[in-house]
Amino acid sequence: MCSICGCGEHETLEHDHHDDHHHHDHGALHAHAADLPVTRMVQIEQNIMAKNQRYADANRQFFAERKLFVINLVSSPGSGKTSLLVKTVEALKAEMPVAVIEGDQQTGLDAERIKATGVAAWQINTGKGCHLDAHAVGHAMDHLPEIKNGVLFIENVGNLVCPAGFDLGEAHKVVVLSTTEGEDKPLKYPDMFHAADLMILNKSDLLPYVDFSVAKAETYAKQVHPGITSLTLSARSGEGLEAWYDWLRAGVARVSA
Amino acid sequence: MSASTPPMHEMSLCEGLVQSLEEQAMTQGFHKIFAVWLEIGALATVEPDAMLFNYDIVARGTVAEGSKLEIIAVPGKAWCMNCSTPVTISRHGDACPACGSYQLQLLDGEQMRIKQIEVA
Ligand SMILES: Nc1nc2c(ncn2[C@@H]2O[C@H](COP(=O)(O)OP(=O)(O)O)[C@@H](O)[C@H]2O)c(=O)[nH]1
Ligand SMILES: [Mg+2]
Ligand SMILES: [Zn+2]
Repeated sequence: MCSICGCGEHETLEHDHHDDHHHHDHGALHAHAADLPVTRMVQIEQNIMAKNQRYADANRQFFAERKLFVINLVSSPGSGKTSLLVKTVEALKAEMPVAVIEGDQQTGLDAERIKATGVAAWQINTGKGCHLDAHAVGHAMDHLPEIKNGVLFIENVGNLVCPAGFDLGEAHKVVVLSTTEGEDKPLKYPDMFHAADLMILNKSDLLPYVDFSVAKAETYAKQVHPGITSLTLSARSGEGLEAWYDWLRAGVARVSA
Repeated sequence: MSASTPPMHEMSLCEGLVQSLEEQAMTQGFHKIFAVWLEIGALATVEPDAMLFNYDIVARGTVAEGSKLEIIAVPGKAWCMNCSTPVTISRHGDACPACGSYQLQLLDGEQMRIKQIEVA
């Protein structure tokens, strides 16, 4: 039994409450041709994301009850999400409760990297799926020890497109862009940079060797999302990590206030 | 995402769409859908062509099998804080067409919403 949505673990999306939508028949019954069935028009207003949104809202409620600051980390594969998480949970675990949900199409490798630090992690494999959805995240909570007044990190499937549209119930999407990927990515994948509240420019240790302008990346990100915050850091050298930890601490303080 | 893998979240969006249609069929007592009008905003995270491509496959074996998906394109609308006026944009990151400012607040164009279905 799923503690958040109340479904049996394997029946996935088939159970639940109906949407509140208003509808009215058009009244205009019209036959097309003699041998065609009589059809009618039904007016509805239904968001096709409504189902994911219901699960996301339930997750958000669950997180709020536990005063958890929840981060949805998104990037293309290889930007350094897992490396950054390993460093981060090592630095923060003595200070506050932390847990990690890992999303990948295949393998439990990333969850193993987190668990090696002694922090609880649960791996979701999406198979062919290109993003995590709110229902899968709700179920993942069943597999993690109950934590309160801390941070839950969700590492999404490496993909700068699909996860943008799926609310998981997080406080913020955080997009990681590494200096080897080119500073034009905010313009090429505007939906993701629009959805994110914080942009992390990772692999700052490689800046001397690559043509990457931090200033341009920030300008482009602000074009697609004027309110976005930006941090430059290196998960490898540790440069800039303290500002990221402070950003997390401030978030935890906000949700537990 | 590697360059060779196309984004396929439209498959899950189509599943969401067809599930909504099946719920409608159950609550409103119709058994066949002939056409569906779906509003898609220019700023929604969805590619209309990929929706059309996946729809037939996802609808197979459901009340919506064989139905036609009509997409109603809705332009992106934002409030330019500089001009104090609503403007039309076609994607996130577009500047105000009047003054070139990026200080825009979205008003409309992120929806993916079923508007109407033709049923029997
Ligand atoms: N030079 C450098 N390499 C990094 C940094 N962060 C991650 N990497 C490397 O980038 C590769 C991908 O990292 P990973 O954390 O698995 O990325 P993910 O796919 O986003 O989770 C690995 O080889 C890491 O060692 C960094 O700050 N600097
Ligand atoms: Mg990873
Ligand atoms: Zn303007």
